[in-house]
Amino acid sequence: MANATHQLKQASTGPEKSAHEVINSHEFKRLVAKRWTVSTALLAALFVTYYGFILLIANAKPAMSQKIGEVTTLAIPVGIAVIVIAFVLTAIYVAWANASYDPEVERLKGQLKK
Amino acid sequence: MPPSAQPMQTTLGSPQASSIAFFLLIVLVTLAITYWAAKRTKSAKEFYAAGRSVSAVQNGLALAGDYMSAASFLGIAGMVALKGYDGMIYATGWLVGWPALMFLIAEPLRNLGKFTFADVVAFRLRQTPVRIASAVGGILTVLFYTIAQMVGSGALIKLMFGIKYEYAEILVGCIMLAYVLFGGMVATTWVQIIKAVLLLLGVSLLTVLVLGKFDFSPGNLYAAVAGQYGQAALEPGGLVTSPLDAISLGLALMFGLLGLPHILMRFYTVPDAKAARKSVLYATGLIGYFYIIIPIVGFGAAALVGRKMITSIDKGGNMAAPLVAELLGGTPFLGFIAAVAFATILAVVAGLTLAGSSAYSHDIYVSIIKKGKATEEEQMKTAKVATVIFGLAAVILGISFKGQNVAFMVGLAFSIAASANFPALLMSVLWKRFTTPGAVASILTGAFLSIGMIVLSPTVWVDVFHNATPIVGLKNPCIVSMSCAFAIGIIVSLLTPEPRAQEMFEDEKLRTYLGVGAE
Repeated sequence: MANATHQLKQASTGPEKSAHEVINSHEFKRLVAKRWTVSTALLAALFVTYYGFILLIANAKPAMSQKIGEVTTLAIPVGIAVIVIAFVLTAIYVAWANASYDPEVERLKGQLKK
Repeated sequence: MPPSAQPMQTTLGSPQASSIAFFLLIVLVTLAITYWAAKRTKSAKEFYAAGRSVSAVQNGLALAGDYMSAASFLGIAGMVALKGYDGMIYATGWLVGWPALMFLIAEPLRNLGKFTFADVVAFRLRQTPVRIASAVGGILTVLFYTIAQMVGSGALIKLMFGIKYEYAEILVGCIMLAYVLFGGMVATTWVQIIKAVLLLLGVSLLTVLVLGKFDFSPGNLYAAVAGQYGQAALEPGGLVTSPLDAISLGLALMFGLLGLPHILMRFYTVPDAKAARKSVLYATGLIGYFYIIIPIVGFGAAALVGRKMITSIDKGGNMAAPLVAELLGGTPFLGFIAAVAFATILAVVAGLTLAGSSAYSHDIYVSIIKKGKATEEEQMKTAKVATVIFGLAAVILGISFKGQNVAFMVGLAFSIAASANFPALLMSVLWKRFTTPGAVASILTGAFLSIGMIVLSPTVWVDVFHNATPIVGLKNPCIVSMSCAFAIGIIVSLLTPEPRAQEMFEDEKLRTYLGVGAE
């Protein structure tokens, strides 16, 4: 019980750390690693989407030229989808950063010695 | 039966009361804003970064405004009108840089920089060499981009208002200089916001009017296009013949954005990294929407105005959007669209001039000549002198490059941005062992390799210099020049260890990821 109260107190005020300690802390390293994992994964998705589209246009012209309506070709919705997906990937990053990155940044900043 | 192209009369090319009225209204409103902004622009921080008081929504609109140039508005509509689906492929490429900008550098850029991207590259490296190299990369990018914008704008204004090309250039130069000189970043941002809103409204209205002619069914629109020009208009055609060329252009468009000084400097106008991040989301949404609806305007112009009519006014197809505006909304709507295109040109050139001026006055004058010890008064004076020099250079270059292909020139600027500025920027944020010689070598390799390869490419060596065969086969050098910039940056850094830069990487990380110490 006493232990729990002690921990609670520590969490609310937090032990103050020097910049060096924060940078070398496990949490900070994990935050940085996570940030780049998310970025790299999203960038990879963007690459697959866009360069996949370009390669489809270059190498699979007949498939992209097939009609999906009276005259509308498959290439038209696919091109629009590339733009929409690019936006969705951006939105995913913002949602992740707001929900997960920012709170952790605030917490780590709170630990820094003033 | 969907409507098809009928011979039409156009008032394009002769000054119309409605065009001039809309144009004067936009100029008066923006100059009034400049007057208001001038009173708030006393310090360098206000001049270059609008006092870091721009909100995320405002910055999103301003970023979109900086990016949606008249060349992309009129150029892509024209490409779609004349070449069909290939124009859409081009439009897609213009958006995909934005997510990459978000994932890789938007937040670190805001946290590390002050006025220019060179602040980030030089953060823990030796100031003088890195700043000089960054200024070279930045200024070259801005100059190429400006040439494209000025050449395009002169031709467009001549076509729309019937003003002589040279006078059009001087007019753009003067009004734009008034915005930047007196209002700095505050005025330039507001000019971008107004222009972005007008452009999005104008193109949206144009899209609705076009679709209205086809019972609001894109299928009917495509049917009308296919009916007149064959099914090929809706199929991928000759744009992507060589995948290597296409990937190279794609890389230039995607990573070029991450090296455009006038885009990067917008991130310093917002209060923090969170606002920077949000503003990219807004910009991506607005620009994505713009590139989705622009092809409809292009297809509409092909179906309703006709390719023959479009090319009779302008071979490159740049007048497709104004012509379809005139056909559907009469002379007043043409006047509105023409005035918006003019405002677009002014705003983009103003943004570029501000970026070029900051590269000189902040990176060279304040940081190197004055060793960071310039007074506020000296900084502002240099900034304004540099602005005038860049404004004059823009006009002179615009006049001397008369008649060049517009959309292509922008592509070339992107390739330099992607090869010279982006690799150094990314490595400085991510790589602990990046060094001063590494940065300088990377920037110079990227800049001069892309320029050299462009000169020897089919675009310049054959089309401009009229040689029989190109020396470099690639139309866009980015895949080679960007890879080399990374490779040289890594090799030279490994050969020249810089202990101080490695030690400072800790401080940099604290600032990059937590925003501690960010301005």
